[in-house]
Amino acid sequence: MPFLAYVGFFLVLPSVIIGIGAFLNADNAFTLDNFRNLSRSYVFKATIDTTVISAITALLGASLGAILAYAIVTGSPNGLLRRLTVSASGVLAQFGGVTLAFAFIASIGSAGFVYLFAKAHGFDYYAHGIWLFDIPGLDLVYLYFQIPLMVLVFLPALDGIKPQWREAAESLGGNTWHYWRHVAGPLLFPAFLGAVLLLFANAFSAYATANALINQGQPVLAQQIAGAMSSEVGAFEPGFAKAIAIEMIIIVTLVTILYSLLQRRTARWL
Amino acid sequence: MRLGSLTRRLGIAVVALFVVAACGSSSGGGSASCSESSAKTATSASACGGMSALEAAAKAEGKLNVIALPRDWANYGAILDGFAAKYGIKITSDNPDGSSQDEVNAVKQLGSTSRAPDVLDVGMAVALANTDLFAPYKVATWGDILDSQKESTGLWFQDYGGFMSIGYDSSKVPDIKSIDDLKGAAFKGKVALNGNPKQANAALNGVMMANLAKGGSLDDISAGVQFFHDLKKAGTFVPVQATTATVKNGTTPVVFDWDYLSAGHGKDVPAWKVFVPNNAILGGYYAQAISKTAPHPAAARLWEEYLYSDEGQNLWLKGLARPVRQAAMEKSGKIDQAAAAKLPAVNGTPQFMSDTQSTAAKNYVVAHWDAAIA
Repeated sequence: MPFLAYVGFFLVLPSVIIGIGAFLNADNAFTLDNFRNLSRSYVFKATIDTTVISAITALLGASLGAILAYAIVTGSPNGLLRRLTVSASGVLAQFGGVTLAFAFIASIGSAGFVYLFAKAHGFDYYAHGIWLFDIPGLDLVYLYFQIPLMVLVFLPALDGIKPQWREAAESLGGNTWHYWRHVAGPLLFPAFLGAVLLLFANAFSAYATANALINQGQPVLAQQIAGAMSSEVGAFEPGFAKAIAIEMIIIVTLVTILYSLLQRRTARWL
Repeated sequence: MRLGSLTRRLGIAVVALFVVAACGSSSGGGSASCSESSAKTATSASACGGMSALEAAAKAEGKLNVIALPRDWANYGAILDGFAAKYGIKITSDNPDGSSQDEVNAVKQLGSTSRAPDVLDVGMAVALANTDLFAPYKVATWGDILDSQKESTGLWFQDYGGFMSIGYDSSKVPDIKSIDDLKGAAFKGKVALNGNPKQANAALNGVMMANLAKGGSLDDISAGVQFFHDLKKAGTFVPVQATTATVKNGTTPVVFDWDYLSAGHGKDVPAWKVFVPNNAILGGYYAQAISKTAPHPAAARLWEEYLYSDEGQNLWLKGLARPVRQAAMEKSGKIDQAAAAKLPAVNGTPQFMSDTQSTAAKNYVVAHWDAAIA
């Protein structure tokens, strides 16, 4: 019951309010224009960009994070390395937003000390444009909080893998490939997929980081919502902003459905 | 419940007593008073019993809610402190970094609750679109404000502004004499706007200024969008949000912004210069308005009187904003000469976007900006 009330207040109720608002025009009359406007070329492009950024950083972040987590697990369970990495991940996973964006601008940005040093030594990594203020830059900065998050959520799954299973596989004549293909892989894959989904949603809803790095062109859907929601030049379209929010909810729902289908598939392998 | 209504009545009685007493002591013979209900609809100080009656009523309210006033914007920090110290009225400053639309949203959502904003400082587009939320009021110095800078009944009246400019760090880039200088190789990866023109007034005016400098007119901003498209293609225009931090650390050594905001970067960057092209002097002013549902109607009106007094106007000027009464105060000799001398020099005729022109510019930018910059 408390859970239902919680979900009702903080998930269902806001969604319903947004859902209703998306069908209203400025005079609170019913309209479908807000959804028609989603086909505006810049919103369409933002949809593609946001989805691609989220997918890339989720897959890359999950892969790199899983490798890092595996490296930690193979070490001593109470060792210094593990404790350091886990607590650092706990901090870094939440270290998004303007602070993170500026940390990158100040270090590897066009006036950052890393860039100035590299350029002075003949390596001008912005020779073809400042990619930090473009999609690749956004991918890089997102990974900075995606990888630590992956480490945090994937460690428990890795801890569940018992070393005895590997010994059992080896004593039955299996090699490393057999072990990963038939034992650890199928066991870990559902958890891995779930983590990818979490990372996808995490990147999909990020706003402040993107806004500080790429303020012009607004490649991220959350920025488009802000653009329609708080404009002092008169481009105020609350209904349209809510329609974009609904679009985001639908995309995440689709990804979740895809995930549960995959999940069912992988569960069958076991 | 009986106890509740009793205390409420007692409270009202105490407040009323205080108001009467205060009015009696300060209005020097006149029997004028300014009750809460008359303050709500007062269209000038004299309509509420004169300035001292208004002051007494405001002191009785004891509080003022302002919104979206950054302390480092146009010297608002000193203005807020000055008002609070002069009248002993406690100011609650909400969401200092909010936008004009945030201010209007707050009025709509909070209505007349005690947390709702009393007074607004908004961009012209937002002021014109929301006049039904404002209470008409004319400050004592109303006559000094040009007719083109106020709504005739006092629903809104412009307060301070300046001209669109290109600020630059002269130690990092060559001197700018014309907007076409920006196309030079020395400016690669260095030019930025203050905000997104789809959202921020300053950025929209930045694009319009480039448009005028490139021979466009106030009616058609497309040449300005094209200019930034070319800059982006050449790798000159960077999409990062220009802030005090990015200017200070050198990521954005060239920024389109209002001259009064840009000049403030001189504090962090000693070689900072501000350039206003002679063929593109684009003026922009913000406007004051009093909320119709202001929870502290007398304090709201007193705040406006303070802002439009010589004292308030000179405080804005010290923040490098051009106060709306500047011309009149130069004539009367009340202007702070030292502060006025710090403003960037401007030669030529200023132009102002009309409401229809800014709507046309906004519509064009909303439809084309993202594609032009991508």
